[in-house]
Amino acid sequence: MVQERTLPQFQAPAAPISTDQGLVLYEDMILGRYFEDKCAEMYYRGKMFGFVHLYNGQEAVSSGVIRSLRSDDYVCSTYRDHVHALSAGVPAKNVMAELFGKETGCSRGRGGSMHLFSSEHNLLGGFAFIGEGIPVALGAAFQSRYRKDALGDPSADQVTACFFGDGTTNNGQFFECLNMAALWKLPILFVVENNKWAIGMAHERATSQPEIYKKASVFGLPGVEVDGMDVMAVRAVAQEAVARARAGEGPTLIEALTYRFRGHSLADPDELRSKAEKEAWLARDPIKRFESYLLEHSLTDEGALKEVRDRIQTRIDDALTFAEDSPEPNPDDLYKYIFAEG
Amino acid sequence: MAETLLFNALREAIDEEMGRDDTVFVLGEDVGVYGGSYKVTKDLYEKYGELRVLDTPIAENSFTGMAVGAAMTGLRPIIEGMNMGFLLLAFNQIANNAGMLRYTSGGNYKIPMVIRGPGGVGRQLGAEHSQRLEAYFQAVPGLKIVACSTPYNAKGLLKAAIRDDNPVLFFEHVLLYNLKEDLPNHEYVVPLDKAEIVRPGKDVTILTYSRMRHHVTQAVKGLEKKGIDPEVIDLISLKPLDFDTIGASIKKTHRVIIVEECMKTGGIGAEIIASINDRYFDELDAPVVRLSSQDIPTPYNGKLETLTIVQPKQIEAAVENMVALKV
Ligand SMILES: Cc1ncc(C[n+]2csc(CCOP(=O)(O)OP(=O)(O)O)c2C)c(N)n1
Ligand SMILES: [Mg+2]
Repeated sequence: MVQERTLPQFQAPAAPISTDQGLVLYEDMILGRYFEDKCAEMYYRGKMFGFVHLYNGQEAVSSGVIRSLRSDDYVCSTYRDHVHALSAGVPAKNVMAELFGKETGCSRGRGGSMHLFSSEHNLLGGFAFIGEGIPVALGAAFQSRYRKDALGDPSADQVTACFFGDGTTNNGQFFECLNMAALWKLPILFVVENNKWAIGMAHERATSQPEIYKKASVFGLPGVEVDGMDVMAVRAVAQEAVARARAGEGPTLIEALTYRFRGHSLADPDELRSKAEKEAWLARDPIKRFESYLLEHSLTDEGALKEVRDRIQTRIDDALTFAEDSPEPNPDDLYKYIFAEG
Repeated sequence: MAETLLFNALREAIDEEMGRDDTVFVLGEDVGVYGGSYKVTKDLYEKYGELRVLDTPIAENSFTGMAVGAAMTGLRPIIEGMNMGFLLLAFNQIANNAGMLRYTSGGNYKIPMVIRGPGGVGRQLGAEHSQRLEAYFQAVPGLKIVACSTPYNAKGLLKAAIRDDNPVLFFEHVLLYNLKEDLPNHEYVVPLDKAEIVRPGKDVTILTYSRMRHHVTQAVKGLEKKGIDPEVIDLISLKPLDFDTIGASIKKTHRVIIVEECMKTGGIGAEIIASINDRYFDELDAPVVRLSSQDIPTPYNGKLETLTIVQPKQIEAAVENMVALKV
């Protein structure tokens, strides 16, 4: 196991979060975890197909960032997109139905696991190729600035959060977009989920400077590293970055140090990562950690947490029933959606 | 009526559409302060400001992706490829994102964007700046591909492309920017999906587009003297193809010659022949003939370059041949 990076310390403010807000975050993380567990089960039972990339272990990043956004802000994801979609408000039943290839899926069964979209929830995608979502997110951020400054619309202060992995930061689009975002002061958060691996490529073997947040400085934007297993810490840096972006002060690069608890995809035998490494990170499970936090600070009790878990379990079960009962796309619609009509 | 150069016709189209719809903006390398490498956006920077005429860094894949994101969220970007060949670096964004995203998103998003700029084989610009890209892009689902050829159609088609809710790849030709034509003073828009009958005739149908339209026109002068009466059709839309116009002509002439600047292998002509076989085989009196450029990187040497591209004399000979064999 490669020497672990020292995790940045986070000093939580005295009265950091209300019970309601705490439970919102908790529910969001539980939703992500339970949803993905159900996906694994369904995949192994032959109910869903293709490449399915699960998010287990990284929940604090999605919840901490996306739950710091407004509902009219934009979210852009990768192929590991189920949980980002859920945090962005896409109903679990429509995500599940998409994975089942059904007409009721958020991409009407045309997209699949790696191509989740919802214009209603400002989810820009689901991008299956490394790095290609970054410029698209940049375009949404440019659009906010354009409406505000070229069209004079003061309400156009929407922020875009763009998620991608450590491996992706070695791709040119990452650098090109850091440059343009800083150059034009665009309201965007570049959120790198550094889970140490790009399939079988260890981060240290792929990059000359493993501390990704440091790459921001040469482009003149703030770069921060954060413990991606601590939702409170992620939330704190996200809130600050969102405030900056919304105020017209430009982009932020956030490097969240995290870990995926499962293989790269459900097709990955996951043979390269050492047992010691996996165990060390499993012990830092962001959900357990946040449970302890909520209980230690007497923000809630075990009963209330169980109530959340039960409610989410029911929601996942309902999503599954919905997905199974939904119709497949009509074969007559094979050519629908190639071109926009009118 | 005012005599207008083709690049100015394009400029007028952009200016008019930007005036009409404030979500329309231009982006690309040197489009702003510099006015565009072929001056298609000259002075628009002063008129519309730096956000609406956005000078980008030299980062084709990222600024193309950025235009896709802007289009998804309600703007109408016009990308200028400084040379359309540079957009090979943005192939992924053009194919996967601009072309396919509407479909993969199940109709969640539309991508109203135009990707325009100088294409084709110029005068001794060397292989990389003398590309014939339409063949590369024609298989991408969800893209419309248009080639303009005169100041009149350049202006009207570009306006239509900007108003279209889909991604449109809009080819101009480096050697046609200085064509002149009297343009109407009133506003007009030319539909993207209609081929243009350049010259009605009865003996043979010549299908062509972009600069080759002018080579065909030259060839026709010689053919007319020999009493041959060809029908010349400028395809305008390379994808989708206007088979209403093509089909009606074939039913009249029963003979087809395709004249294209793109490469023979997997070219536009190849696709047209296959489609004619599917649809109009019984109408044909002769196999379809295709005059394409050579399947080689465009050579720098002037003589070799001329040999690479179809010339008017070859067109004349091919038409004569086909008509002579008339049964
Ligand atoms: C352009 C491109 N090249 C290769 C791949 C195959 N691929 C999928 S995920 C992946 C690793 C990405 O790692 P990282 O960016 O760290 O994200 P993670 O999967 O760890 O979330 C690779 C190489 C791809 N999807 N797109
Ligand atoms: Mg990774």
